[in-house]
Amino acid sequence: MVAEVVIKTVNLKCAFGEVTSLTNLNIEIYANEILGIIGPSNSGKTTFLRALNRLNYLNTSYRQIGEIIFEGRDIEELSDSVLRKKIGIIFALPQVLPISIFHNVAYGPKIHGVRDKAAVAEMVEKALKKAYLWDEVKDRLDMSAMRLSGGQQQRLCIARTLAVEPDVILYDEPCSGLDPISTAKVEDAMRELKKDYTQILVTNNTKQAARVSERCGFFLMGDLVEIEETETMFTNPKDKRTDDYITGRFG
Amino acid sequence: MNAAKVREKIAFTILGLITLLIVLPIILTILYVVKNGAGSVTWEFISQEPRHGMREGGIFPAIIGTIVLIIGTMLFSLPLGILSAIYLVEYAKDNLFTRLIKLSVVNLSGIPSIVYGLFGFTLFVVFLNFGTSILAGSLTLAIMSLPVIITATKEALESVPFTYREISLSLGATKWQTIRYCVLPYSIPGILTGTVLSLSRAAGETAPILFTVAAFYLPRLPHSVFDQVMALPYHLYVISTQVPNMPARLSFATGLVLIGLVFLMNLVSIILRAHYRKKKQW
Repeated sequence: MVAEVVIKTVNLKCAFGEVTSLTNLNIEIYANEILGIIGPSNSGKTTFLRALNRLNYLNTSYRQIGEIIFEGRDIEELSDSVLRKKIGIIFALPQVLPISIFHNVAYGPKIHGVRDKAAVAEMVEKALKKAYLWDEVKDRLDMSAMRLSGGQQQRLCIARTLAVEPDVILYDEPCSGLDPISTAKVEDAMRELKKDYTQILVTNNTKQAARVSERCGFFLMGDLVEIEETETMFTNPKDKRTDDYITGRFG
Repeated sequence: MNAAKVREKIAFTILGLITLLIVLPIILTILYVVKNGAGSVTWEFISQEPRHGMREGGIFPAIIGTIVLIIGTMLFSLPLGILSAIYLVEYAKDNLFTRLIKLSVVNLSGIPSIVYGLFGFTLFVVFLNFGTSILAGSLTLAIMSLPVIITATKEALESVPFTYREISLSLGATKWQTIRYCVLPYSIPGILTGTVLSLSRAAGETAPILFTVAAFYLPRLPHSVFDQVMALPYHLYVISTQVPNMPARLSFATGLVLIGLVFLMNLVSIILRAHYRKKKQW
């Protein structure tokens, strides 16, 4: 079976001011896979992720050359709004808005023009179910999202992203602030979402990448050192630097 | 008690006394005005026109005049102030032009109100030919209140965490949607505070309305925005200094009504703020 390429970067170079984050990245991401991205801090993982939906440009010093092809089109042809609707992101720390659980999830559909209240409610329920949160919050949708636990908040963020019906979900170290049980729940949600979504998981936790991802990329100082089936990478990495990182000799 | 505790106690006492020293003049002023004026604030005083060279009757036209001026000021300064603050915080790039605007805003708040009065007189009354009118007076007061509204709004917008904007943008919201739904709702309490503060000041100012709108004696209500009106602060000035044999209690009563009006505005803003706080939990 030849996997369908959803996202492809061609000679992607990214820099913030004088500081280069990605030197020359060529990577392909396949439909419905979970691609793990590992690597030490400042290796360009997050920059890569945020380049895909142009969030890097929120920083005015950001510069980028090269191409990012999404579903066969250069992303430059898409507006920010359309691109970010299709490529959603989950941030490192659970970032909920200080409004009710319901309105956190309803925010996306509303800004994308869903006016009908019943339709919004249905989308919210569907998204919360997909994020494995519905059973825990269905009786208190009007409660402030700030009062949920960290793990619940992070799944709420996933639900919020799902509610705008993206094709791709990016995770930027989604479990860095969570306890092991919450982490497991988030990972369960990710495995379940595989059916419908392409997912990219940036993580500092190599074990998490091993648990969840099917393919894995190793970034080091702005370079993609190696990209491999996860099993192969963790048992028999080609590059010595990958081996060193995975086995914990540095980073 | 050991020495450190004693020193702490002394320091706290001194700080407390200083705080009291700040509150004291306010309380004393209000008490003094209430004591001398409260007896004269009757329904007749509030609802009737002045008679017998303003020595008798009420101050109804001046109350209405001040309310009209506050509304007029609000109509011009609120949209202008809030929109320019949004521009400065959310859209403007950090360049020489933006810095020049920010500097001007800060400096505007330091200009004496009589200078605003003269400016309003030359620009609105004479040059634009609005005459001595509600329009000219409101515009002058609006320009005077802009710096405070802009500064307060700017600070309120800046205090909204950047992550809210990031969340909204990452979900595909446009910049304006983000501002409208994810930034403004959280800055409304701060904007309200600044606005009411600034409008309260405008309500009590005499100098800016002196040449632009205020009538010495006009015992009727305005018909259009090109009419003159009486206004409480100017009326207070007039009856306190320009009319011989004026009973002092009427001055105090007028002052009390003005304070009451400003207090009422603050009350409304407090209620609105509480309402918004309840809706949005941080």
